Amino acid sequence: MSNIPTDLRYASTHEWVRPEGDGVFTVGISEHAQGLLGDMVFVELPDVGDTVSTGDDIAVAESVKAASDVYAPISGEVVGVNEDLEDSPELVNSDPYGDGWLFKIKADDAEEVEGLLDADGYENSIDEE
Amino acid sequence: MSNTTALHAKHLESGAKMVDFFGWDMPINYGSQIEEHHAVRQDAGMFDVSHMTIVDVKGTQAKAYLQHLLANDVAKLQVKGKALYSGMLNEEGGVVDDLIVYYFDETNYRLVVNSATREKDMNWLNSNAEGFDVSITERPEFAMIAVQGPNAKEKAATLFSAAQKEAVAGMKPFFGVQAEDLFIATTGYTGEAGYEIMVPTAQAAGFWQDLLDAGVKPCGLGARDTLRLEAGMNLYGQDMDETVSPLAANMGWTITWEPSDRNFVGRSALEAQREVGTDKLVGLVMTDKGVLRHGQKIKTESGEGIITSGTFSPTLGHSVALARVPSDVGETVEVEMRKKWVTVKVVKPSFVRNGKSVL
Repeated sequence: MSNIPTDLRYASTHEWVRPEGDGVFTVGISEHAQGLLGDMVFVELPDVGDTVSTGDDIAVAESVKAASDVYAPISGEVVGVNEDLEDSPELVNSDPYGDGWLFKIKADDAEEVEGLLDADGYENSIDEE
Repeated sequence: MSNTTALHAKHLESGAKMVDFFGWDMPINYGSQIEEHHAVRQDAGMFDVSHMTIVDVKGTQAKAYLQHLLANDVAKLQVKGKALYSGMLNEEGGVVDDLIVYYFDETNYRLVVNSATREKDMNWLNSNAEGFDVSITERPEFAMIAVQGPNAKEKAATLFSAAQKEAVAGMKPFFGVQAEDLFIATTGYTGEAGYEIMVPTAQAAGFWQDLLDAGVKPCGLGARDTLRLEAGMNLYGQDMDETVSPLAANMGWTITWEPSDRNFVGRSALEAQREVGTDKLVGLVMTDKGVLRHGQKIKTESGEGIITSGTFSPTLGHSVALARVPSDVGETVEVEMRKKWVTVKVVKPSFVRNGKSVL
C-alpha cells in the first residue's frame, strides 16, 4: 500500500499540503501520484510571487510516461519553489514528501486547508480510482 | 485472462511493475525505467521478449514463399545463420508487420514477428502460403531473452558452455546460431551490442537467474521503448501500420526492388507510391524543457505531419521523437504541445548508437 503520512492534508488531485507556520504551506505530490507517473524528467514550477487560486494548474510534472498538471490546493501567493528539481526532478520519485516538494504557498486563508482530505480520506479517494 | 511468459514469477520476484501489453502481463519497469535504460547503455540489461512470436518456415519452397511474402529479398541471405529485417506488406502497400528472418538453408528459415499482431500475422502467413510447399510452425516452447549493452555479450557468455562459446565466437551482427539448447542471435532493439537468446521455457527461469547473478540488470518495456526510440528503430502500430507505406516509415532500405520481376505482395502499390511520392519519417530534437509525445500534431511549410513516437531521451537528457512529415520538410517544424506551438529541429531518425549521441 502507498505511503500516506497522517500529518499531511491532501487534494483529490494528489497534491499534499504541509503547514510550516505563519500561514505558509509546502505542497508536493503524493507517493501514489509519483508512482502512477513513473520517472520524473522535468518539473515546471510557478514563479515566486504568483498569486494562485484553488484549482489553478500552476505546475507540470512531466515523467517518462506523461505530462501531468499540478493544481494549487489552496489560494494564496507562491513564496518559494524547489529549485533543486531543475537538475534533479527524480527527487519527486525518491522522496515525494521530503526533498521532492514542489512549492510553498502563503495562504490567503489558512483555514482553507481544513477543507482538504486527511490521510484516510485521501486513501479512500485513491481506492475508488 | 492474460498471457504470461515463462519468466512471469521472476519478474514478480524482482519487484516488477506489471502492465497489460496486448494481452500479455509484462514488466513495464522494476523500479526506475531510467536506471534500466542507463544500464543498457553503460553496462548490460536484459528484457523478457518471450511474448514475441517465433515461427519456423520449412519446405522445398520456403525460399520462394518468403520472396513472395516479404518486401526484402531472402535471396540476399547466403550464409547460414544470417538474418534480415523486412516488412511484410498488404496489397495496398501498407505494413502488416515488421519482422526478422533467419536463414539456415533454402528450405529452412525462422521468423520473429511482433506479439501484438500474432494472430493477424499467423493468418497472413498461412493465407499467403497457399500454393507453396511450406510448413509454418509456431514455436511457443521457447522463451526469449534479449541481453543488451556494452558488457552484455561478456556477461551472457559466462553462462555458455564451451560449445556455445565457440559457436558465437566472432559472430557478426545480425546472425543467429543454434548452439546445443540455445538459439543465440546477435540482434536487438536497443542500438547496443548483445544477444537475443531463445531458451526452452523449462530452463528460462534458471537462465534468467544466472544472468541476474552475472550482473545483468532486468529491464522492462518502458526502457525498451526509450532505447529503441533513441536508436531510431520503429515500433509497429506506432511508427507504421497497415495504412502506412514503408516508404513513409524509414523502411525504404528494407525494400529490394531488383530483380524487378520478383512480384512480392504489395509491390505494385509500392511502385505507385514511389512514383507519386510519400511522406517520410524524420527525427525531431527538442532541447528545451518538455517531452515530445506520440500523436502530437506538426505543422510544416508544406503541410501537416504527426509525431509517431516521442519520449524523453535519458542518454541525451532532452526529448526526441520520430515524426511522419511531408517529404520536403525543412530544418525545423512546429509541434503542438499542450496547446502551444513549439519549434523543434529536424534530424535523421537516429539519435544514439553504442552509448553515444549521433546528433
